[in-house]
Amino acid sequence: MYNFEFERPTSVADAVKALGQEEAQPLAGGQTLIPTLKQRLAMPSKLVSLSGISEMKGITQEGRTLVVGAATVHADVAADGTIAALSDLAGNIGDPAVRNRGTIGGSVANNDPSACYPAAALGLGATIVTDRREIAADDFFTGMFETALDEGEIVTAVKFPQPEAAAYAKFEQPASRFALVGVFVARTGEGVRVAVTGASEGGVFRWREAETALASDFSAGALDGMAPEADDMISDLHGSAAYRAHLVGVMARRAVAAAR
Amino acid sequence: MPQVSMTVNGKPASGEAEGRTLLSQFLRETLGLTGTHVGCDTSQCGACVVHVDGKAVKACTMFALEAEGADVATIEGQAAPDGTLNPIQQAFQDHHGLQCGFCTPGMVMSAAALLKENPKPSEAEIRDYLEGNLCRCTGYHNIVKAIMAASGQDVGALAAE
Repeated sequence: MYNFEFERPTSVADAVKALGQEEAQPLAGGQTLIPTLKQRLAMPSKLVSLSGISEMKGITQEGRTLVVGAATVHADVAADGTIAALSDLAGNIGDPAVRNRGTIGGSVANNDPSACYPAAALGLGATIVTDRREIAADDFFTGMFETALDEGEIVTAVKFPQPEAAAYAKFEQPASRFALVGVFVARTGEGVRVAVTGASEGGVFRWREAETALASDFSAGALDGMAPEADDMISDLHGSAAYRAHLVGVMARRAVAAAR
Repeated sequence: MPQVSMTVNGKPASGEAEGRTLLSQFLRETLGLTGTHVGCDTSQCGACVVHVDGKAVKACTMFALEAEGADVATIEGQAAPDGTLNPIQQAFQDHHGLQCGFCTPGMVMSAAALLKENPKPSEAEIRDYLEGNLCRCTGYHNIVKAIMAASGQDVGALAAE
């Protein structure tokens, strides 16, 4: 990997300042970024580690909202359990050692099209908090590896409203453990949300037809025979577009059946 | 070059590290602790698992400078100073939990992390926890057996495969 300067600030303000340098990049848990750097697919002049910022770590409850600091690792979200579906999802990312380093902020900021957390954020209608503003999940994920974040903007927390019932069902790509298809279903006071990861060329998306069907009948049977259009689905050696589209229907039914 | 200081196996350790120096590289090349193995260098195989502040992590996917001030435990610190193996290591020997031995340091460190969280894991829990530790020799069965034995459980009930 190419060399870079390394800085480990202890406050969000200092991190933002450090990121002002040209070609500087934030480092969260590094479970995606470090392999990327090893392949020389990125060449930052400086990495600004977010691991020393205690104000970005930990989980708190504000009324019916769970606030997860962006530097909170997957293992801690898995152990929390306040929103069972979110903790189950976190506890099945990667493997135990990866879950001890990888963070929620790093995952949502990277917006890998096969990552699990974007499905939870979009499915629960989360709010992404940054050093300068709050962004609704519906506006945050803008495409494969793309988000609404500006250059040098840091995700500091993710706020999740408590759902009435929710579940995440993931069909794992067995080698990488990323989602070949993952579907997060949530029933909230404002309706039903269905978020799909792993499937689309555009990254995580909401499956509106399923939301409509589930709004009047929240049961797996309401989705019988349904699958989204295969046109925009990813097609690769692990699965064709048609296979992925079919899996979206299957995983959505499993998630609805498991929702609690 | 930046300087980094940490505690390794209970003793203070420090040295120079570039921004890109991995913790695995720092342990092996700067401190000479070559028990931490680098199998794949892509965070798949788990041969490089060490504990940082009590948590199992893949040393090939963490920068040395991120371990500033941390408490690091490696395979070298597992046996007693007189060479007596710890219960997990002894169980690996007793139950033939290794063949070529390359993955063993990571297996032992992962097992130690598991038993700290869950002192009496079931067979399924052990297999699930070892998801990120690959072994190409044993077929895992004797590794699982060794970890059950190390946690004081009867391994006679474990079917031979």
